[in-house]
Amino acid sequence: MNTPISWIKAYVPDLDVDVQEFVDRMTLSGSHVEGYEKKDKNLEKIVVGKIVTMEQHPDADKLVVCQVNIGTEMLQIVTGAKNVKVGDLVPLVLDGGKVAAAHGDDTEYPEGIKIKKGKLRGIESNGMMCGIEELGSSRDFYPEAPEDGVYVFLSESGVKPGDDAVKALGLDDIVVEYEITSNRVDCFSMIGMAREVAATFDKPFYPPVVTVKANDKDVNDFIKVTVKDQNLCPRYCARVVENIKIGPSPKWMQDRLKAMGIRSINNLVDITNYIMEEYGQPMHAYNLDTIAGNEIIVKRAADGDLFTTLDGQERKLDSGVLMICDGEKEVGIAGVMGGENSMITDDVKTVLFEAACFDGTNIRLASRRIGLRTDASAKFEKGLDPNTALEAINRACQLVEEMGCGDVVGGVADVYPEPVKAKVLPFEPERYNALLGTDIAKEDMLAYFKKLDLVYNEEDNTLTIPTFRQDLGCMADLAEEVARFYGYDNIPVSLPKGEATVGKKPFNQRVEDVAREICERNGFSGGMAYSFESPKVFDKLLLPEDAHERQTIVISNPLGEDFSIMRTVSLNGILTSLATNYNRRNKTARLYELGNIYCPKALPLTELPEEKMRLTLGMYGEGDFFTMKGVVEEIFDKLGVSGIECEPSNDIPYLHPGRQARLMKGKLEIGMIGQIHPETGDNYNLKTDAYVAVLNMEMLTMLAKFDRKYEGIAKFPASTRDLSMVMEKGIFVGQIEHVIKKNAGKILESCELFDIYEGEQVGAGKKSVAFSLIFRAKDRNLESSEVDKAIEKVLDALKKMGIELRA
Amino acid sequence: MKEKLEAIKADALTKIESAKDLDSLNEIKVAILGKKGELTAVLKGMKDVPPEERPMVGQMVNEARAAIEEKLEKEKTRIARMLRTEKMKRETIDVTLPGKKSIRGHRHPNQTALEDLERVFIGMGYEIVEGPEIEYDKYNFELLNIPANHPAKDEQDTFYITKDILLRTQTSPVQARIMEKGNLPIRIISPGRVFRADEVDATHSPSFHQMEGLVIDKGITFADLKGTLEQFAKEFFGEKTKVKFRPHHFPFTEPSAEVDITCFKCGGKGCRMCKGSGWIEILGCGMVHPHVLEMCGIDSKEYQGFAFGIGLERITLLKYEIDDMRLLYENDVRFLNQF
Repeated sequence: MNTPISWIKAYVPDLDVDVQEFVDRMTLSGSHVEGYEKKDKNLEKIVVGKIVTMEQHPDADKLVVCQVNIGTEMLQIVTGAKNVKVGDLVPLVLDGGKVAAAHGDDTEYPEGIKIKKGKLRGIESNGMMCGIEELGSSRDFYPEAPEDGVYVFLSESGVKPGDDAVKALGLDDIVVEYEITSNRVDCFSMIGMAREVAATFDKPFYPPVVTVKANDKDVNDFIKVTVKDQNLCPRYCARVVENIKIGPSPKWMQDRLKAMGIRSINNLVDITNYIMEEYGQPMHAYNLDTIAGNEIIVKRAADGDLFTTLDGQERKLDSGVLMICDGEKEVGIAGVMGGENSMITDDVKTVLFEAACFDGTNIRLASRRIGLRTDASAKFEKGLDPNTALEAINRACQLVEEMGCGDVVGGVADVYPEPVKAKVLPFEPERYNALLGTDIAKEDMLAYFKKLDLVYNEEDNTLTIPTFRQDLGCMADLAEEVARFYGYDNIPVSLPKGEATVGKKPFNQRVEDVAREICERNGFSGGMAYSFESPKVFDKLLLPEDAHERQTIVISNPLGEDFSIMRTVSLNGILTSLATNYNRRNKTARLYELGNIYCPKALPLTELPEEKMRLTLGMYGEGDFFTMKGVVEEIFDKLGVSGIECEPSNDIPYLHPGRQARLMKGKLEIGMIGQIHPETGDNYNLKTDAYVAVLNMEMLTMLAKFDRKYEGIAKFPASTRDLSMVMEKGIFVGQIEHVIKKNAGKILESCELFDIYEGEQVGAGKKSVAFSLIFRAKDRNLESSEVDKAIEKVLDALKKMGIELRA
Repeated sequence: MKEKLEAIKADALTKIESAKDLDSLNEIKVAILGKKGELTAVLKGMKDVPPEERPMVGQMVNEARAAIEEKLEKEKTRIARMLRTEKMKRETIDVTLPGKKSIRGHRHPNQTALEDLERVFIGMGYEIVEGPEIEYDKYNFELLNIPANHPAKDEQDTFYITKDILLRTQTSPVQARIMEKGNLPIRIISPGRVFRADEVDATHSPSFHQMEGLVIDKGITFADLKGTLEQFAKEFFGEKTKVKFRPHHFPFTEPSAEVDITCFKCGGKGCRMCKGSGWIEILGCGMVHPHVLEMCGIDSKEYQGFAFGIGLERITLLKYEIDDMRLLYENDVRFLNQF
């Protein structure tokens, strides 16, 4: 919402603050000022000058030398403008002054252009006559200005030499822009804002006093209004104006519209635009001679109806769209735009004014379906107060009379079966203070309410709320009004009292914190990925058509296919990011991401899906599978989760079939690890070996333990034995480790792989594997016979697998 | 005898003094004190000394030996120190060479900002709770005083899955869930991911993060809200931060406010970051609407509370002066390594 300060002053004439104080205090009373524009910020020392004499420049054909009267003195000005003549009154910028733009130049000059006196072809010139563009405006708003040349004041403007030209042109205004919240429908109007201004600065407020004289005729002889859908149109007011005289509107009205960026068209159109700004009430004018049967019927369109709006476009309608019809046809889309068939033309004789209230939601949805959003529909969308409609249409008729653009017919055709009544709320000063934590006097509160046109009824201690304040409905709403005018900044500062509470994190977040810490310690940086992605992801990941991951939650109104499904696999984000890094020539990248996947219980969704937290790690460059495995193992270790097996697999489609595993704790799948399948790599344009791991955080949260018990540092010596074995290449080292741990008994402290070898010495298809076993007892020195026995047991078990000690 | 001893001693001390290294020192030691050494030879000649002189000679020998040993030890220390000094001289390094870097991962700036926020509120006795990202309309809108057909529910802003299930547009539904559980008093924060149908550009993302705060107890006031957020702002942005509350509107709080803080770059003087105003908007807040309390089963005559919501990315972008929101999702290591 924008308001020119000059227009506000029409209702709050005593307002006398500078612009900075104005915007600061308006913001603090709830009308958030987003900015303001001083229309004349680059206009300095510009006066009205009268051309007294004009002579040809002796040395330049295209220049003339003028003597210009500026009230106090006569100045010599050289100009090249062709449109000026002796006797003209023109805006003249003096030596040292400033204009906003240059003639015939679209460049923006944020600081304006300084004008200095100088010589033009040897003849002194003490200033410059200005065109309308140089004054920062355009012919759109000053149609009387020449297409090319200096602005010449119209004789009726009444200016005289020496006057402030900027003021005379109405270019000295300040337009303030507010961010009005959706609940304050009343503030989307000049009157509503003026009321706030008056209340904020505690000045008297003078809204227009509306009176219409009207002639002796009766509107009912001209028009009959029927509303068929009262829900969509709670009120419809119509008035008739005959003997229309189309012409320009007066300067004051043009100036106000200009300040709002609205171009003056003619008196009739200007009045409807003016009312929309002044009351926030859109109006429409129909050529009554085109209205068949002297009848207006408000009803829904039929599905598939076609209708041409006054912009000449054909629109397709449906039964949700409310239409204004005459006895035969549709003449306008209610609240959106009138029809071409009933539009005002210059030869119009009789006009039907409409000021109605339409259901905001329906207007919003209908205008979106039709694909047509207008200034009017934007106002109606907010949900207008039906009680404004009558006041607004009468004000329009008052202006018609004042401006002499027609004869207003007596009476209003007003269909308003269920008038909205003012709400009455109890006045509860103690509760307002209890909510705010203040001690504001009752009398002060009543004074604030009075400024806002809330009426206090002493006998029953209630407040009557004007209907334009639809936002006030309960105690807290009234407390806010008190707070606004008492000043949020005057409310004291305290801290919540009462029961002490303990600040804490949920356990799963502690687990996530540990995972982050380990990832980062190992060179992985935290990334973020979107929760929604493209269904094409599954093809890139080589998932078969019937893969359960393809059962996804689909967004019904996505931003596009790329953001259309909720992810069921977490890898896409990390792979995309790795590829981004790779293709930007980053030599190595290690990333992790913590984020949910979304697993529907049934599709379509009837209840909320399971959201499962996934830790996804990805890397390329330095490091290999075992680097990744080491990180994952460190996470398990730090979380106190032991016994997780790396179970070799070959059926995870997006991983290298020979380099992938599931991470299992017994039968629980904790995650997976592997090298990215080269085809998947190609699909992501990630043409290097990349490794990933995915951990199911809900499982880890369930298994994690942060309790530790001290076990004592070993006092008795250890006995170390190395076992070097030869075996078939296909046997996993993990299997051997399993057998050793299972058979070596309690005295086995640790068993670590220290060598693995394939080559001629061990023969084709074989490999040599060497483990170092450390034995120790907590309570005594181990006898070497005990260790021998344990080793023997291990060897027996290995022998059953066909594994022999290396000779 | 005596003269001989004196001569040996004097000779030894001179030799020791001129020794250049530990080896020659050792040779001297052997030549004098060793089995075949000069002094040992004197001792061996004791049998020729008359018995009554032996104690005296013995003492003289011992004295000479002690003097030589002392000298040896002293010189040994001196030479060792000298050698070490020389060695260290050789070991001199160029300390201006670059330090060795270990591969270290970096926390996402958004996560760091979140943790900083959480730390402040945990310290003030707030518990972190979580809520679902795919949410019922009921919690995201209805219980928050945003009825059907409210413009805030527009499809333009909200991603829908079904008529009743959507991607939450705010973390506020957690408020409704916690209030509905009814374990009073409540003092929680709830950070999380939210979704709005905004196209990706430098300042918008269809997915971003918020942190919600909610306090419900008897006698909670707007003054408490002001005090809490002022304390938060000073903790988070610095002791000198000033806070400004501006009236605003949210459907689920009344009165509502937007909160500005003095620009943490220019301290309120006005700069590019605060667009010259000296103030930066950081959050929205208000007193929980009595109707919301009632819908969640809390007696609004007995209990009052406040709620606030902070946009995390906004804080991250401001704090680290990041000029494009897309960087947060690109995960370019050259970006992440800076945090």
